[in-house]
Amino acid sequence: MMTIPSKQIAAVVAAGVLAIAAQGAGADALDDIREAGVLKVGVKADYKPYGFLDPSGEIIGIEPDLARDVADELGVELELIPVVSSNRMQFLEQGKIDLMIATMTDKPDRRKVVNIVEPNYYSSGTNVLARKSLGLTSWEDLSGKPVCGIQGAFYNKPTAEKYGADIIAFKGTAEAYAALQGGNCAAFVYDDSAIVAKVAEPGFEDYEMPLPTIDDAPWGLAVALGEDGFAQLMSDMTVGWHESGRILELETEWGVANTPFAQAMHDEYK
Amino acid sequence: MDAFFEWFRVLYDETGINLPFLYDDYDRNRMVDGFLMTVKLSLVCLFFSVVIGVVGAWLQGSTLKWTRRFVNGYIQLFRNTPPLVQLYFFYFAIGSQLPKVATDWGGQAPVLGSFAWAAISLSFFAGAFNVEIFRSGLEAVPKATVEAAEALGFSRLRIYTDVTLPLAFRVCLPALNNNLVNLVKTTTLAYAIAVPEMLYEANQIWSDNVNVTEMMVFLLIVYFLLVGVLVWSMNRWERALRIPGYG
Repeated sequence: MMTIPSKQIAAVVAAGVLAIAAQGAGADALDDIREAGVLKVGVKADYKPYGFLDPSGEIIGIEPDLARDVADELGVELELIPVVSSNRMQFLEQGKIDLMIATMTDKPDRRKVVNIVEPNYYSSGTNVLARKSLGLTSWEDLSGKPVCGIQGAFYNKPTAEKYGADIIAFKGTAEAYAALQGGNCAAFVYDDSAIVAKVAEPGFEDYEMPLPTIDDAPWGLAVALGEDGFAQLMSDMTVGWHESGRILELETEWGVANTPFAQAMHDEYK
Repeated sequence: MDAFFEWFRVLYDETGINLPFLYDDYDRNRMVDGFLMTVKLSLVCLFFSVVIGVVGAWLQGSTLKWTRRFVNGYIQLFRNTPPLVQLYFFYFAIGSQLPKVATDWGGQAPVLGSFAWAAISLSFFAGAFNVEIFRSGLEAVPKATVEAAEALGFSRLRIYTDVTLPLAFRVCLPALNNNLVNLVKTTTLAYAIAVPEMLYEANQIWSDNVNVTEMMVFLLIVYFLLVGVLVWSMNRWERALRIPGYG
Protein backbone atom coordinates (compact mmCIF):
# COMPACT_ATOMS: atom_id res chain seq x y z
CA MET A 1 0.00 0.00 0.00
CA MET A 2 1.27 3.44 -0.78
CA THR A 3 1.61 5.81 2.13
CA ILE A 4 1.60 9.57 1.86
CA PRO A 5 3.65 11.42 4.47
CA SER A 6 1.46 13.72 6.51
CA LYS A 7 3.86 16.62 5.87
CA GLN A 8 3.18 16.34 2.18
CA ILE A 9 -0.56 16.45 2.79
CA ALA A 10 -0.15 19.50 4.99
CA ALA A 11 1.85 21.25 2.29
CA VAL A 12 -0.78 20.55 -0.37
CA VAL A 13 -3.56 21.77 1.91
CA ALA A 14 -1.64 24.93 2.79
CA ALA A 15 -0.99 25.66 -0.87
CA GLY A 16 -4.67 25.21 -1.62
CA VAL A 17 -5.72 27.56 1.17
CA LEU A 18 -3.24 30.18 -0.04
CA ALA A 19 -4.47 29.89 -3.58
CA ILE A 20 -8.08 30.41 -2.49
CA ALA A 21 -7.09 33.34 -0.26
CA ALA A 22 -5.13 34.98 -3.08
CA GLN A 23 -8.06 34.59 -5.45
CA GLY A 24 -10.44 36.13 -2.93
CA ALA A 25 -8.20 39.09 -2.23
CA GLY A 26 -7.07 40.24 -5.65
CA ALA A 27 -9.66 39.51 -8.31
CA ASP A 28 -12.64 41.66 -9.07
CA ALA A 29 -15.90 40.34 -10.47
CA LEU A 30 -15.22 41.49 -14.05
CA ASP A 31 -11.91 39.58 -14.21
CA ASP A 32 -13.58 36.48 -12.76
CA ILE A 33 -16.38 36.64 -15.32
CA ARG A 34 -13.99 37.11 -18.23
CA GLU A 35 -11.81 34.28 -16.98
CA ALA A 36 -14.76 31.92 -16.52
CA GLY A 37 -16.23 33.03 -19.86
CA VAL A 38 -19.71 33.00 -18.30
CA LEU A 39 -21.87 35.80 -16.92
CA LYS A 40 -24.43 34.53 -14.43
CA VAL A 41 -27.46 36.80 -14.29
CA GLY A 42 -30.35 36.33 -11.87
CA VAL A 43 -33.68 37.06 -13.58
CA LYS A 44 -37.32 36.33 -12.84
CA ALA A 45 -38.86 33.30 -14.50
CA ASP A 46 -42.47 33.92 -13.49
CA TYR A 47 -42.92 37.56 -14.37
CA LYS A 48 -44.36 37.98 -17.83
CA PRO A 49 -43.15 39.72 -19.94
CA TYR A 50 -40.07 40.81 -17.98
CA GLY A 51 -38.75 37.31 -17.38
CA PHE A 52 -40.71 34.12 -18.02
CA LEU A 53 -40.45 30.63 -19.45
CA ASP A 54 -41.20 29.87 -23.08
CA PRO A 55 -42.80 26.49 -23.95
CA SER A 56 -39.38 24.85 -24.26
CA GLY A 57 -38.37 25.95 -20.76
CA GLU A 58 -35.98 28.75 -21.80
CA ILE A 59 -36.14 31.97 -19.80
CA ILE A 60 -37.08 34.83 -22.11
CA GLY A 61 -38.36 38.38 -21.77
CA ILE A 62 -37.21 41.98 -21.45
CA GLU A 63 -34.73 41.39 -18.63
CA PRO A 64 -33.09 38.31 -20.21
CA ASP A 65 -32.63 40.46 -23.35
CA LEU A 66 -30.91 43.14 -21.27
CA ALA A 67 -28.76 40.45 -19.65
CA ARG A 68 -27.74 39.25 -23.12
CA ASP A 69 -26.66 42.80 -24.01
CA VAL A 70 -24.35 42.77 -20.99
CA ALA A 71 -22.90 39.35 -21.86
CA ASP A 72 -22.28 40.51 -25.44
CA GLU A 73 -20.58 43.66 -24.16
CA LEU A 74 -18.26 41.53 -22.00
CA GLY A 75 -17.80 38.98 -24.77
CA VAL A 76 -18.80 36.02 -22.61
CA GLU A 77 -21.49 33.37 -22.52
CA LEU A 78 -24.74 34.17 -20.72
CA GLU A 79 -26.18 31.93 -18.03
CA LEU A 80 -29.64 32.92 -16.77
CA ILE A 81 -30.48 31.84 -13.24
CA PRO A 82 -34.11 32.06 -12.12
CA VAL A 83 -34.57 33.94 -8.85
CA VAL A 84 -37.59 34.93 -6.76
CA SER A 85 -38.15 38.02 -4.66
CA SER A 86 -37.26 36.34 -1.39
CA ASN A 87 -33.87 34.99 -2.49
CA ARG A 88 -32.54 37.34 -5.18
CA MET A 89 -30.40 39.51 -2.89
CA GLN A 90 -29.04 36.48 -1.05
CA PHE A 91 -28.02 34.87 -4.37
CA LEU A 92 -26.04 38.00 -5.19
CA GLU A 93 -24.41 38.16 -1.75
CA GLN A 94 -23.40 34.50 -1.96
CA GLY A 95 -21.95 34.88 -5.45
CA LYS A 96 -24.43 32.48 -7.07
CA ILE A 97 -25.09 35.23 -9.58
CA ASP A 98 -22.85 38.07 -10.78
CA LEU A 99 -25.63 40.46 -11.72
CA MET A 100 -29.28 40.75 -10.77
CA ILE A 101 -31.85 42.15 -13.18
CA ALA A 102 -34.97 40.89 -11.43
CA THR A 103 -37.71 43.53 -11.31
CA MET A 104 -36.38 44.73 -7.97
CA THR A 105 -37.64 48.02 -6.63
CA ASP A 106 -34.85 50.37 -5.56
CA LYS A 107 -35.10 50.83 -1.76
CA PRO A 108 -32.68 52.45 0.69
CA ASP A 109 -32.47 49.41 2.96
CA ARG A 110 -31.76 47.19 -0.05
CA ARG A 111 -28.86 49.49 -0.97
CA LYS A 112 -27.23 48.47 2.30
CA VAL A 113 -27.14 44.86 1.17
CA VAL A 114 -26.44 45.01 -2.57
CA ASN A 115 -24.92 47.59 -4.89
CA ILE A 116 -27.87 49.05 -6.80
CA VAL A 117 -26.67 50.69 -9.98
CA GLU A 118 -27.54 54.28 -10.92
CA PRO A 119 -29.45 55.28 -13.00
CA ASN A 120 -32.55 53.10 -12.61
CA TYR A 121 -33.42 51.06 -15.68
CA TYR A 122 -37.17 50.77 -15.22
CA SER A 123 -40.07 51.62 -12.96
CA SER A 124 -43.42 50.28 -11.91
CA GLY A 125 -46.11 50.81 -9.32
CA THR A 126 -48.37 48.65 -7.21
CA ASN A 127 -51.87 47.59 -8.17
CA VAL A 128 -54.20 44.65 -7.69
CA LEU A 129 -55.73 42.02 -9.92
CA ALA A 130 -59.31 41.27 -8.88
CA ARG A 131 -62.49 39.73 -10.18
CA LYS A 132 -64.63 42.32 -11.99
CA SER A 133 -67.72 41.23 -10.04
CA LEU A 134 -66.09 42.42 -6.83
CA GLY A 135 -66.28 46.03 -8.04
CA LEU A 136 -63.29 47.42 -6.18
CA THR A 137 -62.85 51.17 -6.57
CA SER A 138 -60.42 52.29 -3.90
CA TRP A 139 -57.56 50.79 -1.91
CA GLU A 140 -59.65 51.15 1.25
CA ASP A 141 -62.04 48.54 -0.20
CA LEU A 142 -59.38 45.92 0.54
CA SER A 143 -59.83 46.40 4.29
CA GLY A 144 -60.50 43.11 6.04
CA LYS A 145 -60.32 41.10 2.81
CA PRO A 146 -57.84 38.32 2.15
CA VAL A 147 -55.38 39.58 -0.48
CA CYS A 148 -52.85 37.32 -2.18
CA GLY A 149 -49.27 38.50 -2.46
CA ILE A 150 -45.77 37.30 -3.20
CA GLN A 151 -43.44 36.44 -0.35
CA GLY A 152 -40.71 39.06 -0.27
CA ALA A 153 -42.55 41.82 -2.11
CA PHE A 154 -42.09 45.16 -0.34
CA TYR A 155 -45.70 46.30 -0.74
CA ASN A 156 -47.17 43.48 1.34
CA LYS A 157 -46.48 45.39 4.53
CA PRO A 158 -47.93 48.78 3.46
CA THR A 159 -50.99 47.09 1.93
CA ALA A 160 -51.64 45.38 5.25
CA GLU A 161 -50.69 48.33 7.45
CA LYS A 162 -52.28 51.20 5.53
CA TYR A 163 -55.31 49.55 3.96
CA GLY A 164 -56.01 46.77 6.46
CA ALA A 165 -55.82 43.89 3.98
CA ASP A 166 -55.03 40.36 5.21
CA ILE A 167 -52.02 39.42 3.14
CA ILE A 168 -51.75 35.77 2.11
CA ALA A 169 -48.30 35.55 0.56
CA PHE A 170 -47.15 32.71 -1.68
CA LYS A 171 -43.73 31.70 -2.94
CA GLY A 172 -44.37 32.30 -6.62
CA THR A 173 -46.90 33.95 -8.92
CA ALA A 174 -48.29 30.60 -10.16
CA GLU A 175 -49.52 29.72 -6.66
CA ALA A 176 -50.89 33.23 -6.13
CA TYR A 177 -52.83 33.19 -9.43
CA ALA A 178 -54.16 29.71 -8.57
CA ALA A 179 -55.26 30.89 -5.13
CA LEU A 180 -56.93 33.97 -6.64
CA GLN A 181 -58.80 31.90 -9.21
CA GLY A 182 -59.69 29.34 -6.54
CA GLY A 183 -61.34 32.06 -4.49
CA ASN A 184 -58.88 31.92 -1.60
CA CYS A 185 -58.32 35.64 -1.87
CA ALA A 186 -60.29 38.64 -3.06
CA ALA A 187 -57.43 40.26 -4.97
CA PHE A 188 -53.76 39.81 -5.80
CA VAL A 189 -51.45 42.72 -5.01
CA TYR A 190 -48.56 42.91 -7.45
CA ASP A 191 -46.65 45.12 -9.88
CA ASP A 192 -48.94 46.95 -12.30
CA SER A 193 -46.63 46.07 -15.17
CA ALA A 194 -47.23 42.36 -14.64
CA ILE A 195 -50.97 42.74 -14.06
CA VAL A 196 -51.45 44.66 -17.32
CA ALA A 197 -49.96 41.70 -19.17
CA LYS A 198 -52.02 39.20 -17.14
CA VAL A 199 -55.47 40.64 -17.81
CA ALA A 200 -54.79 40.28 -21.52
CA GLU A 201 -54.23 36.53 -21.14
CA PRO A 202 -56.92 33.93 -21.86
CA GLY A 203 -58.60 32.72 -18.68
CA PHE A 204 -58.46 36.15 -17.08
CA GLU A 205 -61.37 37.76 -18.94
CA ASP A 206 -63.31 38.16 -15.70
CA TYR A 207 -60.45 39.98 -14.00
CA GLU A 208 -59.44 43.62 -14.00
CA MET A 209 -56.90 46.04 -12.57
CA PRO A 210 -59.41 48.31 -10.83
CA LEU A 211 -57.37 50.58 -8.55
CA PRO A 212 -55.21 53.64 -9.18
CA THR A 213 -51.56 52.61 -9.28
CA ILE A 214 -49.67 53.64 -6.16
CA ASP A 215 -46.04 53.76 -5.08
CA ASP A 216 -44.65 54.20 -8.56
CA ALA A 217 -41.04 53.35 -7.83
CA PRO A 218 -37.91 52.80 -9.90
CA TRP A 219 -36.35 49.37 -10.40
CA GLY A 220 -32.67 48.82 -9.84
CA LEU A 221 -30.36 46.24 -11.28
CA ALA A 222 -27.67 45.25 -8.82
CA VAL A 223 -24.21 43.78 -8.40
CA ALA A 224 -22.59 42.59 -5.16
CA LEU A 225 -21.33 45.18 -2.69
CA GLY A 226 -17.76 46.26 -3.34
CA GLU A 227 -17.83 45.50 -7.07
CA ASP A 228 -17.39 49.13 -8.05
CA GLY A 229 -15.77 48.39 -11.40
CA PHE A 230 -18.65 46.19 -12.48
CA ALA A 231 -21.18 48.72 -11.12
CA GLN A 232 -19.57 51.47 -13.21
CA LEU A 233 -19.81 49.33 -16.33
CA MET A 234 -23.47 48.57 -15.60
CA SER A 235 -24.15 52.24 -14.99
CA ASP A 236 -22.67 53.09 -18.40
CA MET A 237 -24.68 50.32 -20.01
CA THR A 238 -27.92 51.54 -18.43
CA VAL A 239 -27.27 55.06 -19.69
CA GLY A 240 -26.61 53.51 -23.08
CA TRP A 241 -29.95 51.67 -23.01
CA HIS A 242 -31.82 54.86 -22.20
CA GLU A 243 -29.87 56.85 -24.77
CA SER A 244 -30.49 54.43 -27.63
CA GLY A 245 -34.13 53.83 -26.69
CA ARG A 246 -33.38 50.13 -26.15
CA ILE A 247 -35.85 49.88 -23.23
CA LEU A 248 -38.67 51.44 -25.29
CA GLU A 249 -37.83 49.12 -28.16
CA LEU A 250 -37.94 46.05 -25.87
CA GLU A 251 -41.28 47.15 -24.41
CA THR A 252 -42.75 47.33 -27.89
CA GLU A 253 -41.17 44.02 -28.87
CA TRP A 254 -42.67 42.25 -25.83
CA GLY A 255 -46.09 43.86 -26.14
CA VAL A 256 -46.04 46.39 -23.31
CA ALA A 257 -47.24 49.94 -23.84
CA ASN A 258 -44.32 52.37 -23.50
CA THR A 259 -44.14 53.47 -19.87
CA PRO A 260 -43.78 57.15 -18.96
CA PHE A 261 -40.59 56.34 -17.04
CA ALA A 262 -38.83 54.72 -20.00
CA GLN A 263 -39.94 57.62 -22.23
CA ALA A 264 -38.72 60.24 -19.75
CA MET A 265 -35.34 58.54 -19.33
CA HIS A 266 -34.91 58.32 -23.11
CA ASP A 267 -35.71 62.02 -23.45
CA GLU A 268 -33.24 62.85 -20.70
CA TYR A 269 -30.27 60.92 -22.08
CA LYS A 270 -30.71 61.12 -25.84
CA MET B 1 -41.18 48.06 28.18
CA ASP B 2 -40.85 50.58 25.34
CA ALA B 3 -37.36 51.44 26.48
CA PHE B 4 -36.49 47.76 26.30
CA PHE B 5 -37.75 47.52 22.72
CA GLU B 6 -36.06 50.79 21.74
CA TRP B 7 -32.76 49.35 22.92
CA PHE B 8 -32.90 46.91 20.00
CA ARG B 9 -33.29 49.79 17.55
CA VAL B 10 -30.11 51.26 19.01
CA LEU B 11 -28.48 47.83 18.75
CA TYR B 12 -29.31 47.81 15.03
CA ASP B 13 -27.92 51.30 14.44
CA GLU B 14 -24.76 50.58 16.40
CA THR B 15 -23.92 47.01 15.45
CA GLY B 16 -26.04 46.15 12.41
CA ILE B 17 -27.77 43.30 14.29
CA ASN B 18 -31.31 43.83 13.06
CA LEU B 19 -34.16 42.42 15.18
CA PRO B 20 -37.21 44.33 13.89
CA PHE B 21 -39.62 41.91 15.58
CA LEU B 22 -38.55 43.51 18.84
CA TYR B 23 -38.44 47.22 18.05
CA ASP B 24 -41.09 47.52 15.34
CA ASP B 25 -44.73 47.22 16.53
CA TYR B 26 -46.04 45.81 13.30
CA ASP B 27 -43.30 43.19 12.96
CA ARG B 28 -43.61 42.30 16.63
CA ASN B 29 -47.33 41.68 16.28
CA ARG B 30 -46.90 39.46 13.28
CA MET B 31 -44.13 37.47 14.94
CA VAL B 32 -46.35 36.92 18.01
CA ASP B 33 -49.25 35.94 15.73
CA GLY B 34 -46.94 33.57 13.89
CA PHE B 35 -45.81 31.98 17.13
CA LEU B 36 -49.40 31.53 18.32
CA MET B 37 -50.38 30.09 14.94
CA THR B 38 -47.54 27.55 15.15
CA VAL B 39 -48.64 26.57 18.67
CA LYS B 40 -52.28 26.33 17.59
CA LEU B 41 -51.50 24.29 14.47
CA SER B 42 -49.19 22.02 16.47
CA LEU B 43 -51.78 21.38 19.20
CA VAL B 44 -54.58 20.68 16.72
CA CYS B 45 -52.38 18.31 14.71
CA LEU B 46 -50.98 16.59 17.82
CA PHE B 47 -54.49 15.93 19.11
CA PHE B 48 -55.97 14.64 15.87
CA SER B 49 -52.92 12.60 14.89
CA VAL B 50 -53.04 10.75 18.22
CA VAL B 51 -56.80 10.19 17.85
CA ILE B 52 -56.24 8.86 14.32
CA GLY B 53 -53.46 6.64 15.66
CA VAL B 54 -55.61 5.14 18.44
CA VAL B 55 -58.66 4.60 16.24
CA GLY B 56 -56.57 3.37 13.31
CA ALA B 57 -54.75 0.80 15.44
CA TRP B 58 -58.13 -0.44 16.72
CA LEU B 59 -59.51 -0.76 13.18
CA GLN B 60 -56.34 -2.50 12.06
CA GLY B 61 -57.17 -5.33 14.44
CA SER B 62 -60.71 -5.55 13.08
CA THR B 63 -62.15 -8.91 12.10
CA LEU B 64 -63.45 -7.38 8.86
CA LYS B 65 -61.05 -7.82 5.95
CA TRP B 66 -62.04 -4.60 4.14
CA THR B 67 -61.66 -2.43 7.24
CA ARG B 68 -58.11 -3.72 7.68
CA ARG B 69 -57.37 -3.14 4.00
CA PHE B 70 -58.75 0.38 4.16
CA VAL B 71 -56.56 1.29 7.15
CA ASN B 72 -53.49 -0.20 5.51
CA GLY B 73 -54.24 1.65 2.29
CA TYR B 74 -54.49 4.90 4.21
CA ILE B 75 -51.16 4.25 5.95
CA GLN B 76 -49.40 3.46 2.67
CA LEU B 77 -50.84 6.53 0.94
CA PHE B 78 -49.87 9.01 3.64
CA ARG B 79 -46.62 7.45 4.72
CA ASN B 80 -45.23 7.06 1.22
CA THR B 81 -45.85 10.60 -0.02
CA PRO B 82 -43.99 13.76 1.05
CA PRO B 83 -46.01 16.02 3.39
CA LEU B 84 -45.33 19.06 1.19
CA VAL B 85 -46.82 17.29 -1.81
CA GLN B 86 -49.83 16.35 0.32
CA LEU B 87 -50.32 19.97 1.36
CA TYR B 88 -50.21 21.21 -2.22
CA PHE B 89 -52.49 18.38 -3.31
CA PHE B 90 -55.11 19.14 -0.66
CA TYR B 91 -54.97 22.91 -0.98
CA PHE B 92 -54.75 23.38 -4.74
CA ALA B 93 -56.16 20.12 -6.18
CA ILE B 94 -58.90 19.14 -3.70
CA GLY B 95 -59.53 22.60 -2.26
CA SER B 96 -60.44 24.18 -5.59
CA GLN B 97 -62.97 21.40 -6.32
CA LEU B 98 -64.88 21.96 -3.10
CA PRO B 99 -68.22 23.77 -3.09
CA LYS B 100 -67.84 27.50 -2.61
CA VAL B 101 -69.51 29.62 -0.01
CA ALA B 102 -70.21 33.33 -0.12
CA THR B 103 -67.72 35.25 1.99
CA ASP B 104 -68.31 38.42 3.98
CA TRP B 105 -66.19 40.33 1.44
CA GLY B 106 -68.64 39.50 -1.33
CA GLY B 107 -66.65 36.81 -3.09
CA GLN B 108 -66.81 33.06 -3.36
CA ALA B 109 -64.28 31.07 -1.35
CA PRO B 110 -63.81 27.34 -0.89
CA VAL B 111 -65.30 26.03 2.38
CA LEU B 112 -61.90 25.07 3.73
CA GLY B 113 -59.05 27.56 3.99
CA SER B 114 -55.32 27.09 4.28
CA PHE B 115 -55.28 26.50 8.04
CA ALA B 116 -57.96 23.80 7.81
CA TRP B 117 -56.10 22.04 5.02
CA ALA B 118 -52.80 22.22 6.87
CA ALA B 119 -54.44 20.77 10.00
CA ILE B 120 -56.12 17.99 8.02
CA SER B 121 -53.11 17.12 5.93
CA LEU B 122 -50.54 17.13 8.74
CA SER B 123 -52.85 15.24 11.12
CA PHE B 124 -53.36 12.47 8.58
CA PHE B 125 -49.66 12.44 7.77
CA ALA B 126 -48.55 12.05 11.39
CA GLY B 127 -51.61 9.87 12.10
CA ALA B 128 -50.41 7.26 9.58
CA PHE B 129 -47.17 6.92 11.52
CA ASN B 130 -49.03 6.88 14.83
CA VAL B 131 -51.18 3.92 13.74
CA GLU B 132 -48.04 1.90 13.15
CA ILE B 133 -46.51 3.13 16.41
CA PHE B 134 -49.58 2.03 18.37
CA ARG B 135 -49.59 -1.30 16.55
CA SER B 136 -46.01 -1.88 17.68
CA GLY B 137 -47.17 -1.27 21.26
CA LEU B 138 -50.22 -3.51 20.89
CA GLU B 139 -48.12 -6.37 19.58
CA ALA B 140 -45.91 -6.12 22.64
CA VAL B 141 -48.83 -6.89 24.96
CA PRO B 142 -48.60 -10.62 25.91
CA LYS B 143 -51.26 -12.79 24.28
CA ALA B 144 -51.96 -14.38 27.68
CA THR B 145 -53.16 -11.01 29.00
CA VAL B 146 -55.70 -10.70 26.18
CA GLU B 147 -56.81 -14.28 26.67
CA ALA B 148 -57.28 -13.67 30.39
CA ALA B 149 -59.49 -10.68 29.59
CA GLU B 150 -61.48 -12.73 27.07
CA ALA B 151 -61.97 -15.44 29.71
CA LEU B 152 -63.43 -12.78 32.00
CA GLY B 153 -66.01 -11.96 29.34
CA PHE B 154 -64.66 -8.55 28.16
CA SER B 155 -65.86 -7.41 24.73
CA ARG B 156 -63.28 -6.69 22.01
CA LEU B 157 -63.67 -2.92 22.42
CA ARG B 158 -63.31 -3.10 26.20
CA ILE B 159 -60.22 -5.27 25.92
CA TYR B 160 -58.75 -2.61 23.61
CA THR B 161 -59.63 0.44 25.71
CA ASP B 162 -59.13 -1.06 29.20
CA VAL B 163 -56.43 -3.69 28.77
CA THR B 164 -54.29 -3.62 25.64
CA LEU B 165 -54.24 0.10 24.81
CA PRO B 166 -53.13 1.29 28.29
CA LEU B 167 -50.33 -1.26 28.30
CA ALA B 168 -49.42 -0.63 24.67
CA PHE B 169 -49.37 3.11 25.28
CA ARG B 170 -46.59 2.75 27.85
CA VAL B 171 -44.52 0.65 25.48
CA CYS B 172 -44.82 2.95 22.49
CA LEU B 173 -44.51 6.34 24.21
CA PRO B 174 -40.83 6.86 23.24
CA ALA B 175 -41.64 6.19 19.59
CA LEU B 176 -44.72 8.40 19.83
CA ASN B 177 -42.55 11.16 21.30
CA ASN B 178 -40.30 11.01 18.26
CA ASN B 179 -43.16 11.25 15.84
CA LEU B 180 -44.86 14.14 17.66
CA VAL B 181 -41.58 16.08 17.80
CA ASN B 182 -41.31 15.56 14.06
CA LEU B 183 -44.89 16.72 13.63
CA VAL B 184 -44.26 20.04 15.40
CA LYS B 185 -41.29 20.65 13.12
CA THR B 186 -43.28 19.66 10.05
CA THR B 187 -45.81 22.44 10.73
CA THR B 188 -43.27 24.79 9.08
CA LEU B 189 -44.29 23.26 5.75
CA ALA B 190 -47.70 24.91 6.10
CA TYR B 191 -45.92 28.07 5.02
CA ALA B 192 -46.07 26.79 1.44
CA ILE B 193 -49.85 27.25 1.43
CA ALA B 194 -49.62 30.59 3.22
CA VAL B 195 -50.65 29.56 6.72
CA PRO B 196 -49.22 32.49 8.68
CA GLU B 197 -47.11 30.43 11.08
CA MET B 198 -43.68 31.32 12.40
CA LEU B 199 -41.54 30.49 9.38
CA TYR B 200 -43.98 32.36 7.12
CA GLU B 201 -43.93 35.48 9.30
CA ALA B 202 -40.15 35.30 9.67
CA ASN B 203 -39.89 35.12 5.89
CA GLN B 204 -42.09 38.23 5.55
CA ILE B 205 -39.91 40.05 8.04
CA TRP B 206 -36.60 39.13 6.47
CA SER B 207 -37.94 40.03 3.04
CA ASP B 208 -38.80 43.51 4.28
CA ASN B 209 -35.67 44.03 6.36
CA VAL B 210 -33.07 41.87 4.61
CA ASN B 211 -31.97 40.34 7.93
CA VAL B 212 -31.97 36.66 6.99
CA THR B 213 -29.19 35.63 9.37
CA GLU B 214 -30.82 37.14 12.46
CA MET B 215 -34.23 35.66 11.63
CA MET B 216 -32.74 32.20 11.01
CA VAL B 217 -30.94 32.23 14.35
CA PHE B 218 -34.10 33.43 16.06
CA LEU B 219 -36.23 30.73 14.43
CA LEU B 220 -33.77 28.02 15.37
CA ILE B 221 -33.82 29.09 19.02
CA VAL B 222 -37.62 29.38 19.18
CA TYR B 223 -38.18 25.95 17.62
CA PHE B 224 -35.55 24.46 19.90
CA LEU B 225 -37.38 25.84 22.93
CA LEU B 226 -40.84 24.95 21.61
CA VAL B 227 -39.91 21.33 20.90
CA GLY B 228 -38.00 21.29 24.20
CA VAL B 229 -41.23 22.09 26.05
CA LEU B 230 -43.02 19.27 24.21
CA VAL B 231 -40.25 16.75 24.95
CA TRP B 232 -40.14 17.80 28.60
CA SER B 233 -43.88 17.39 29.08
CA MET B 234 -43.92 14.06 27.23
CA ASN B 235 -41.12 12.80 29.45
CA ARG B 236 -43.01 13.87 32.56
CA TRP B 237 -46.07 12.10 31.24
CA GLU B 238 -44.03 9.00 30.54
CA ARG B 239 -42.78 9.00 34.15
CA ALA B 240 -46.26 9.59 35.54
CA LEU B 241 -47.63 6.63 33.58
CA ARG B 242 -44.90 4.26 34.66
CA ILE B 243 -46.12 1.06 36.29
CA PRO B 244 -43.44 -0.34 38.61
CA GLY B 245 -42.37 -3.74 37.39
CA TYR B 246 -43.88 -3.35 33.90
CA GLY B 247 -41.82 -2.85 30.74
